Amino acid sequence: MALAAKSGAKTAAKKPTARKRGKSGPTKSAEALIGFYRDMLLVRRFEEKAGQLYGLGLIAGFCHLYIGQEAVVIGLQATATPTDSVITTYRDHGHMLACGMDPKGVMAELTGRRTGYSKGKGGSMHMFSREKNFFGGHGIVGASVSLGAGLAFAHRYRDDGGICYCYYGDGAANQGQVAETYNMASLWKLPIVFVIENNRYGMGTSVERASASTEFFRRGEPYGITGLQANGMQVLDVKAAGEKAAAHCRAGKGPFLLEMQTYRYRGHSMSDPAKYRSREEVSRVRKESDPIDNMRDIVLETGACDDARLKEMDREIKTIVTEAAEYAQQSPEPDPDELFTDILVEA
Amino acid sequence: MAIQILMPALSPTMTEGKLVSWLKNEGDAVAAGDVLAEIETDKATMEVEAVDEGTLGRILVAAGTEGVAVHTPIAVILSDGEDLAAAATTEAPSVGVAPPEPAAPSPESVARAVSRPPAPAASADEPSLGETQSVTVREALRDAMAEEMRRDESVFLMGEEVAEYEGAYKVSQGMLQEFGAGRVIDTPITEHGFAGIGVGVAFSGLRPIVEFMTWNFAMQAMDQIINSAAKTLYMSGGQMGCPIVFRGPNGAASRVAAQHSQCYASWFSHCPGLRVLAPYSGADAKGLLKAAIRDPNPVIFLEHEILYGRTFEVPVDADFVLPIGKARIERPGTDVTVIAFSRMVEVAIEAADALAAEGIEAEVINLRSLRPLDIDTIVDSLKKTNRVVSVEEGWPQSGIGAEIAAITMEHGFDYLDAPVARVSGADVPMPYAANLERLALAQVENVIEAAKAVCYR
Repeated sequence: MALAAKSGAKTAAKKPTARKRGKSGPTKSAEALIGFYRDMLLVRRFEEKAGQLYGLGLIAGFCHLYIGQEAVVIGLQATATPTDSVITTYRDHGHMLACGMDPKGVMAELTGRRTGYSKGKGGSMHMFSREKNFFGGHGIVGASVSLGAGLAFAHRYRDDGGICYCYYGDGAANQGQVAETYNMASLWKLPIVFVIENNRYGMGTSVERASASTEFFRRGEPYGITGLQANGMQVLDVKAAGEKAAAHCRAGKGPFLLEMQTYRYRGHSMSDPAKYRSREEVSRVRKESDPIDNMRDIVLETGACDDARLKEMDREIKTIVTEAAEYAQQSPEPDPDELFTDILVEA
Repeated sequence: MAIQILMPALSPTMTEGKLVSWLKNEGDAVAAGDVLAEIETDKATMEVEAVDEGTLGRILVAAGTEGVAVHTPIAVILSDGEDLAAAATTEAPSVGVAPPEPAAPSPESVARAVSRPPAPAASADEPSLGETQSVTVREALRDAMAEEMRRDESVFLMGEEVAEYEGAYKVSQGMLQEFGAGRVIDTPITEHGFAGIGVGVAFSGLRPIVEFMTWNFAMQAMDQIINSAAKTLYMSGGQMGCPIVFRGPNGAASRVAAQHSQCYASWFSHCPGLRVLAPYSGADAKGLLKAAIRDPNPVIFLEHEILYGRTFEVPVDADFVLPIGKARIERPGTDVTVIAFSRMVEVAIEAADALAAEGIEAEVINLRSLRPLDIDTIVDSLKKTNRVVSVEEGWPQSGIGAEIAAITMEHGFDYLDAPVARVSGADVPMPYAANLERLALAQVENVIEAAKAVCYR
């Protein structure tokens, strides 16, 4: 299984690595490197805690964990501005944290409490923050792609300089409305970065068994959309690809398509026994390509900080996550009166 | 600090499971992510991974044990430096509180859950028409859109052939010229995709009008209309408003057969989170479409191709807006209430005229709004006439007529002197042949017959 970018592909990015990038620039500053490590670790620990709370019956229904894919959203959101909008599908906890949403509010929504981002009415798959320009959190595979093009359309209509980061998986990439959206996004030159998080499995089916072509970065070619494949397990590679895509969109050149080659360690949802792949496959990726271990090596090798500071950071993150979990358990359930609110906006 | 591992719930429905095997032994080092055990749930055999680092201190439930209840302690993990003796006095896991018992619903909330929430009161009374001019429904719709686009920059129109072709039914005539290609936008023939784009635009706060060439084609976009437009406000706890109008011709045109002749009124009126409007006259078309564009919610606007060419007196006032949720009594009467919407209002009025000649005074109600439904006007009329006939183009089962029958029973059972009669389209896909098509659609004579039946005449 190749997780590295295929350098032979015509449109593939030249792979940047931390050590080669020895000159100035924000990612080379020690703080930026540490920040990536910290942000990814927060997502990892948050998701592990969510998995734990699910096991305890405190989170119910469907719960899709982002463990393994952290570098994708952390690397890309590092290229976003506050005006930009973000939308994704149901594996959305990491995206919310990357957009700066409060771990307490996210965890409280997971436990279905009134202090959650959707007042307990949405759950894991349906969370939003207008304040952070995070537009969900959508449960229907493929639907968020055309919704994202709508957000991009609005950026252009208002001429506010923003672009839309639209995340979806290799499974959604096969949906009909995604092709419809590529066509209109290119036709109308909408400022949207399509991000295909190729984690190699659409639910329990491998990409090879579901997709006639697994070169997802080429899916926009018939519509004239430039595509780029990047190693989604290396946050600096992700960021470099994201910078290219965002610059293209901000220059008014229309949409850009990124394929991020990544991997999810857990099942599709909590109730997925993941029998469609071997334990060895998962272990190998964890051991050889883990995005957080990768970043840890870079941080230590570049001397950005020492092991003691990383340990301290681990403890800080553990505290944030523990507090979020406690908050999510202590918050009350929604008031029964909330059953009939938020159905329509009162004119 | 020793940590208990509890029997996890590994599916939404799991209450107990079998501990199939342990993959670690007592004394083994454990890292986060290591598989500790295999558990058979009600659905599948799944692996349990360690979340914490340490040493597997003690196994509390042996491999092969069946019927292990969720949340039973199954093992103890020791942190660095702890010994097995400590495992005897484990503290509860950091998150090991029992899930909250769902609060018993109060009688009040149960009653509310099974009964209909109160229909919102109409926002205003019916405005007077004021100065009018004679225009077609087609022109009234265009004027409504153009006036609202002049009033509010965030309103724009998109759909198939709405711009350069000026609308498949010429509803958007002259609009491209006035507003330009940035606000009157031709889309490709991809309903699912452009409906989704429209909803995304509306989530951002702009106010798109999305035209479907006919509502039949909106079936491709049904997911975006229901799952995205109608439900997201609720799922977001009130954050994500969706001020969008989906509009186009609905119901049977003429000789275009089953895939182009269907009434979707009951489909959409079923769904909370939507408003559903169906104009009949030119004043309805203008006043309701303006109300729909100004409304902060997703509105399904059901027009009718055959009415496009009809001429009515329509107010010229750019601020003539009809209230949503208010029916109109088109013709007062005392003997029977005939309830219709869209083109069937025309059929109902014609039938009422014929019935008058036979001494039966029918009151004709034009519903105009199907969600919310104007229950008060229906029930007030029932109290006067004691007899109800519903008329629609759609199919009978679960149709608007079925809803009216239920409402009259729930709200006016004691006033009914006869069972409610439903006149509807025949329960068949629309046929092409002229004679069969006529038989499939509600006709004036069907309404007359039904009215006489409920009057026992």
